Amino acid sequence: MTDAAPHRVARGLSLVGDFAIFCGRAALDLVRPPYEGRETFRQVVELGWRSVPLIGTSGLAVGIVLSLHTRATLERFGAEALVAPGLGVALVRETGPLIAALLLAGRMGAGIAAEVAAMKVTEQVDALEATAVDSFRFLVATRVLAAVIALPLLTTLMNFGGIVGGWLAELALTGTPLTTYLERAFSLVDFTLYISSVLKTAVFGFLIAATGAFQGLTTTGGTEGVGRAATRSVVMASVLVIAVNVVLVRLIFVLFPELQ
Amino acid sequence: MMPAGTAPPGIATPEAGATVSAEAPVPAIALEGVTKRFGTLTVLDDLTLAIPPGTCCCVLGRSGTGKSVLLKHIIGLMQPDAGRVLVEGRDLATLDRRELSATRLRMGFLFQNAALFDSITVGENVAFPMRRHTDLAEHEILDRARAKLGAVGLADAFDKMPGSLSGGMRKRAGLARALALDAAILLVDEPSAGLDPVTAGEIDDLLAGLKTDHKTTLVVVTHNIPSARMLGDELVFLHQGRVLARGDVEALEASDDELVRAFMASAGATG
Ligand SMILES: Nc1ncnc2c1ncn2[C@@H]1O[C@H](COP(=O)(O)OP(=O)(O)O)[C@@H](O)[C@H]1O
Ligand SMILES: [Mg+2]
Repeated sequence: MTDAAPHRVARGLSLVGDFAIFCGRAALDLVRPPYEGRETFRQVVELGWRSVPLIGTSGLAVGIVLSLHTRATLERFGAEALVAPGLGVALVRETGPLIAALLLAGRMGAGIAAEVAAMKVTEQVDALEATAVDSFRFLVATRVLAAVIALPLLTTLMNFGGIVGGWLAELALTGTPLTTYLERAFSLVDFTLYISSVLKTAVFGFLIAATGAFQGLTTTGGTEGVGRAATRSVVMASVLVIAVNVVLVRLIFVLFPELQ
Repeated sequence: MMPAGTAPPGIATPEAGATVSAEAPVPAIALEGVTKRFGTLTVLDDLTLAIPPGTCCCVLGRSGTGKSVLLKHIIGLMQPDAGRVLVEGRDLATLDRRELSATRLRMGFLFQNAALFDSITVGENVAFPMRRHTDLAEHEILDRARAKLGAVGLADAFDKMPGSLSGGMRKRAGLARALALDAAILLVDEPSAGLDPVTAGEIDDLLAGLKTDHKTTLVVVTHNIPSARMLGDELVFLHQGRVLARGDVEALEASDDELVRAFMASAGATG
C-alpha cells in the first residue's frame, strides 16, 4: 500500500492533463469551421429547452424561500424595503448562476456523459468514424456549444423565476403589485452586473458539457461504465463549477471594479 | 476485365528497377506483418494478407481470435503496433485526417453488433452517410435509403427506432447503412449471425450480387460455411492471431489441421 498515494497523484495529474487537452480541442473546434449546425441545434433543444421546467420551477422555489428568509431577517432591523432589492442582487449576482449551473451539472452533465458513454460502448462512436465523420466535432463540439448558449439563457430564466417567486411571497404577505416589486428588485441591478454574472455561466456551460463528453468518451467496460461515467461527470462538473466560480468572481471584480 | 499482361490505363508505369508486375494490380486491401496487442494479449501476430480488388475474402475462425479486430484495422479504427495496413495502396498510418476520411468513404462497414445510431430512426441511419457526404436532394436521399432497406428486406422498418428491432433486423439495417454510399470496398462482420437460414441466404445473394455487378471488394467475417462457400474467392482461417489455413473451400476441408477441418465440418452441418 506504500506506493498507492503516489500512484493516485500520478493518475490524478494525468486526468487533469487529459481533460485540459480535451477542453483545448473542444474550444478550437468551436471556432474552427466546418460547423455542425444541425446537430448543435438539436443539442440546444435537447440540453437547453428540455431543462426549462427544471430551471423555471427551481427558480420560483428558490425565490420564495430566499424572500421569506430575507424578510424575516430584515424585519428585525425595520428594513423591509430592502427585501426586493436584496433578493434581486443576491439572485443575479451569485445565487441564480450558481444554482442553475449546479442543477445543470446534474441534468446536462449526467445526460451528456450517459449518452456519449452509451454510444461509445455500443460502438456508435466508431460507427461515426467509420462513416468518415469526425466524432469529436460531431459529439463534443456540438454539445459544448449548445451548453455555452443554453447556460446564460437558463440562468436568466432562473433569475426571473426567482424574482417572480420573491414577488409571490411578498404578494401573499403585503399585497405588493408586480410592477412595483420588479422596479424595486432591479433597483440595484445594473447592466454590467447582469451581463458579467450571466456571461460567466457560459464558462460553466463549457465546463459542464466538456466534463460530460470527456467522461462519456473515456468510459470503459460495458453498461456499468455508462453509469460510472454519469456519476463521475456530475461530481467533476459540480466541483469544477464551484472552484472556477471563485476564480471568475475575482476576475470580474478586477475587470469591473465598479461592481465591488 | 483487362486482358492478361496489359497494364490498366492510368496506372503509372513502374519506375526503373521496381519489381511491380503488370499482372499484380494494387491490392484493394493489404496487411503487411500486422501485429496488435492488448496488454499482454497478442491478438494479431505478424499477419500478412492481400485482397485483390473485386474479390471476396472470407475470414473464419473461433470467437475471440481477432476477426473483428482485423476488420477495424482495415478501416483505421485500430492501429497496428507493428506492420502496415494499406487500402488501395495507401498506408493508413501516413494519411492525415482528411485523407483518412476520403479513404474511409471508399469503404462500407458493418459492425458485429450493427452499431446503429439509436437516437434516430432506422431510415435516418441509412440516410446518415448520404446526408453527410453527398449533395443529393432530400427526396433522393430518402428514396435511396428506402431502396437500401428494401434490398435487405427491411422496407417496413424505415420509421422504426433501432431499439425496437430484433438482433437480425439490426444487423440488416446496419448492412443497409454500410451500403448507403455504394462503396468500392465492403467490410462486413458476421452478416448472417442471428438470421434464419432463408434470410441469411438472401443476404448472401445480395453480397454476391455486389461482387458480380459492381465489382465490390468484400471482406466477410463469417461462421457460416455455406456463405463462405458461395462468396469466398479466398477463405482465411485465423487462429491465435495467425493464418492457420487459407485457400478455397476444398483446400480448407482438406487442410491437415484438425481444427480447420472440424470447423468446416461442424459449421457446414448447421448452415
Ligand atoms: N478494444 C479492445 N481492448 C482490449 N481487448 C480487445 C479490444 N478489442 C478486442 N479485444 C480482444 O481481442 C480479442 C479478439 O477480439 P475480436 O476481434 O472481437 O474477436 P472475434 O474474432 O470474435 O471477432 C478478444 O480477446 C478481445 O477480448
Ligand atoms: Mg467478432
